[in-house]
Amino acid sequence: MDVAGRLRKKELSSVELTKAALARIDAAEPKVHAFVTVDPEGALKAAAEADARRAKGEAGTLLGIPIAMKDNLSTKGLRTTCSSRMLEPYVPPFDATVVSSLRAAGAVILGKTNLDEFAMGSSTENSAFGPTRNPWDTSRVPGGSSGGSAASVAAGFGYGALGSDTGGSIRQPASLCGVVGLKPTYGRVSRYGLIAFASSLDQVGPLARTVADAAALSSAIDGHDPMDSTSVDAPVPDYAALLGKGVRGLRVGLPKEYFVDGMDPKVAEAVRAAVASLEAQGASVREVSLPHTPHCLSVYYLLATAEASSNLARFDGVRYGFRAPAESLVPQYMRTRAEGFGPEVKRRIMLGTYALSSGYYDAYYKRAQQVRTLIVRDFEAAFRDVDVIATPTSPTGAFRIGEKADDPMTMYLSDIFTISVNLAGVPALSLPCGFDAAGLPIGLQLIGRAFEEGTLLSAAQAYESAHDWKDRRPSL
Amino acid sequence: MALSEKDVDHVARLARLEISPEERARYVKQLNAILGHAEDIAGLDVSQVPPTAHILPLHNVWREDEVHPGLTRDEALANAPDKAKGCFRVPKIIE
Repeated sequence: MDVAGRLRKKELSSVELTKAALARIDAAEPKVHAFVTVDPEGALKAAAEADARRAKGEAGTLLGIPIAMKDNLSTKGLRTTCSSRMLEPYVPPFDATVVSSLRAAGAVILGKTNLDEFAMGSSTENSAFGPTRNPWDTSRVPGGSSGGSAASVAAGFGYGALGSDTGGSIRQPASLCGVVGLKPTYGRVSRYGLIAFASSLDQVGPLARTVADAAALSSAIDGHDPMDSTSVDAPVPDYAALLGKGVRGLRVGLPKEYFVDGMDPKVAEAVRAAVASLEAQGASVREVSLPHTPHCLSVYYLLATAEASSNLARFDGVRYGFRAPAESLVPQYMRTRAEGFGPEVKRRIMLGTYALSSGYYDAYYKRAQQVRTLIVRDFEAAFRDVDVIATPTSPTGAFRIGEKADDPMTMYLSDIFTISVNLAGVPALSLPCGFDAAGLPIGLQLIGRAFEEGTLLSAAQAYESAHDWKDRRPSL
Repeated sequence: MALSEKDVDHVARLARLEISPEERARYVKQLNAILGHAEDIAGLDVSQVPPTAHILPLHNVWREDEVHPGLTRDEALANAPDKAKGCFRVPKIIE
């Protein structure tokens, strides 16, 4: 981060930097609505602490850097709503591990960013607190579900953000907002304190203005956590040291199934040009096949909703959150959930409950898990021939607010290039690779082998440094 | 395998969701559309394919059975919509 250098040279204090970030939020947040909660007091206190730590000789990359947190990551003493009426009053009594890790690194948390309720959606329109708007064109969505995090970075509110990605919820908004977003390998980052949506798919990851900034955030949050039994005890490389190494000898695969009818031709063109640019820098390119791609959407919507219906059973109006009182307990559960959840969340709970219900389990849930195995094998086979797979992140640029709101199937199709990655559990990164006819950002998705985030960051940085996309900012 | 209004009522009861007649009608339409799309996996031969629950080669993860500090009672109750005498309070269940 350029700004980290200025902090290190003491040209600037974290308190000054944080005040400037809060001033930008004051000025532009009414147009963007990236946040559910802004926490000026907590941010300035953390900034003062960071300055005190620096005065004592500490010098980490993130020390004193203002960032934002998706509002499904638990923050001790700071309201965490999941953009749901169900958790509107909820104040967590503990920090998520990723939050404690970033606090320990000295990052300054500006506030909690808006999302599609319980991370279910692709546009951030499903928030109980109103939609977030895309900083490049405020009549358009920022993508979702980490739309508030992506918009906060694009708008220049903070220098990075954390999001969560179950079917594309970091990468698709990163693409639509023209920033970098990384979904790490399943198991790479602790999920302790992430409010669960679909536990076999959810993963926490960074959004940032540049690949190097995303790498800095990854270095802070990656690694094993005894509080999350699904986190993996694998060594975390020094990502910063992998940047600048270039792509000579890197084998890049283009999956033929990902260049489909219905996608914006400008998107296909930009992605092919990006791959050609990697080739010009010394990578080799070949076609690969992921033959079960047409089934990913079905598998995802059966598994994710089934897991969601189970995870969201805990919201019963007894221990925390919203309650709609009734004269006896079961009607109280039913009313609390009817009034506390929004339409998309209820639709997914219904679908998932059905997929798990007696008589349908084998036809839907179990069969989807079997097809998931075929999808995992597709990636294993492809990664025998290539090191990285390149695809568009999203079939189109940002769409208009309201454009897809009434038709769940059309909305689900905007995740068509990202969900396979969660099913296979592998890491993937989205970074800007051009602009469409309307002047909206286009994202290139790079997919890697499990635990090879370093390869993705290194390749992405090689591409980024050969273009000036990252220097273009929206004018708000 | 079309979903009927009766099925939707049954699923809503299982999910502990009160639904209005309008929601019932909407769910019949929307869930059938989504399940119709999901029919594409019905034709695949998966008889020899094991299911994937998650991608990690993990089974049970153990730790030492040691006492660690946890939430205090007040912390655990701090978010309760209703509480009494150090407990969560709910409507009477047994007459």
